[in-house]
Amino acid sequence: MRKIIVLSVLFSLTINTLFAQADSLMAMLNSGNQSQKKEIVTATFKATRIIDGNSIENLGSGVLDFRISHRFGDLNQGSTNFFGLDNATTRIGLDYGITSWLMIGLGHSTLNKENDGFAKIKLLKQRINGTPVSISYAGSISVQTTPAPSLPAGETWEYTNRLYYTNQLLIARKFSNKFSLQIAPTIVHYNLVDSTKFSNNTIAIGIGGRIKVSHRIAITGEYYYRITNADLLVNGQPTYNALSVGIDIETGGHVFQLMFTNSQGLTDRTFIGQTTDSWGKGSLHFGFNISRVFTIIKPKEFQGTGSGW
Amino acid sequence: MTLSLLSATLAGFGQTFMTRTGKISFNATTPGSPEKIEGINNEVATIIDAKTGNIVFQLPVKSFKFEKELMQEHFNENYMESDKFPRSEFKGNITNMNEVYFTKDGTYKANVTGKLTMHGVTKDVTVPGTITIAGSSLKASARFTIKLQDYGINVPGMVADKVAKDAIIKLESDLEKK
Repeated sequence: MRKIIVLSVLFSLTINTLFAQADSLMAMLNSGNQSQKKEIVTATFKATRIIDGNSIENLGSGVLDFRISHRFGDLNQGSTNFFGLDNATTRIGLDYGITSWLMIGLGHSTLNKENDGFAKIKLLKQRINGTPVSISYAGSISVQTTPAPSLPAGETWEYTNRLYYTNQLLIARKFSNKFSLQIAPTIVHYNLVDSTKFSNNTIAIGIGGRIKVSHRIAITGEYYYRITNADLLVNGQPTYNALSVGIDIETGGHVFQLMFTNSQGLTDRTFIGQTTDSWGKGSLHFGFNISRVFTIIKPKEFQGTGSGW
Repeated sequence: MTLSLLSATLAGFGQTFMTRTGKISFNATTPGSPEKIEGINNEVATIIDAKTGNIVFQLPVKSFKFEKELMQEHFNENYMESDKFPRSEFKGNITNMNEVYFTKDGTYKANVTGKLTMHGVTKDVTVPGTITIAGSSLKASARFTIKLQDYGINVPGMVADKVAKDAIIKLESDLEKK
């Protein structure tokens, strides 16, 4: 009997020792982990745009994004214009991730026949229990290609009159899996404005955010408050701050963004500084962005021959 | 007999083989799916103790790479919830130690039993594997299948034609004697 007790105690000691040894092996692995860098926070926003403006998200290296954006006409237009459907503006664009921290994009908009190009650079990444925010820089140039106006004899229409430049610093924080917020100090430079009493520079601060309501659906909001040049007139019309609310819906390869906004412009310089419609007057535009990504350059783990399953 | 049992278990860490760059890949593609659901992780930290036959491995879930970056984002955000469960791990041991000779070059079948922890759930698994010894190098490989549902991973109906209910897991690691 005593032999059985001794044997069983020894046996359980053995098993415990075995598991204790597995635990101490695991501890060996964990101690190596402490020296590793803190984890990067990913997916602060679902797309590279919040609604109209840039988010701090970049495309991955070797990824191409085909984007179509539509803003329908003023809902106030009533049934004759099919509640705005008949007066839509569109932008078609291609974005490409050159590296994991640098992306570029090109686009053409029907409004003002505008061509735009931009670049977005990741400067700082938010980390878990580390760096509190992610910071990116976004800069864009756009060209209005509408025919030059007829001018009195002796005056020339400079090409540079058509150019606009936007520079933004994007600062964002993912507060939780469900909530992210971004602020974006912005300067838009207009080479030509309607009159000398307006500044050529509009300084604004954008604020945007998203609240995830399920794994694939999020509610978004964006507001650009102009600190200077808020009295800018466009063709004699007053301008307003851009305010948008929307929904992001994500399926396998697409992200659909639906929104209501008072801006019909789809480039930085139009929607930030030259929005001529207002929520107060009920002149809203329903719109959507569709984004479809393609992998152009596969990650190195997937290059070469088949996976051999 | 009892003395020899004691001495065997209390022998301590005689020889351990280790790597921090082991590879684990998985395939959860439904037959006939237009898209491959495959991920590869090259940051699996593995230790095999030659004296006791204990095996542990640990991996950062966000290090799984996919052909499509969007798939990687869905994997982390919607399926594995990597912000909540950043690491997966396995703790177990070789049950046929008398058939594996860590000091003799050759290829040996190793039967491994242990606990796999993934997505916050721990389950017992038994895995048939192979260990190849070449001097101070050890090549470990194994292949087994798990049910995603067992680990609380739900595949929504919308993607059931692409993402399978079971995942085939392949482990291939090169370890060095420490």
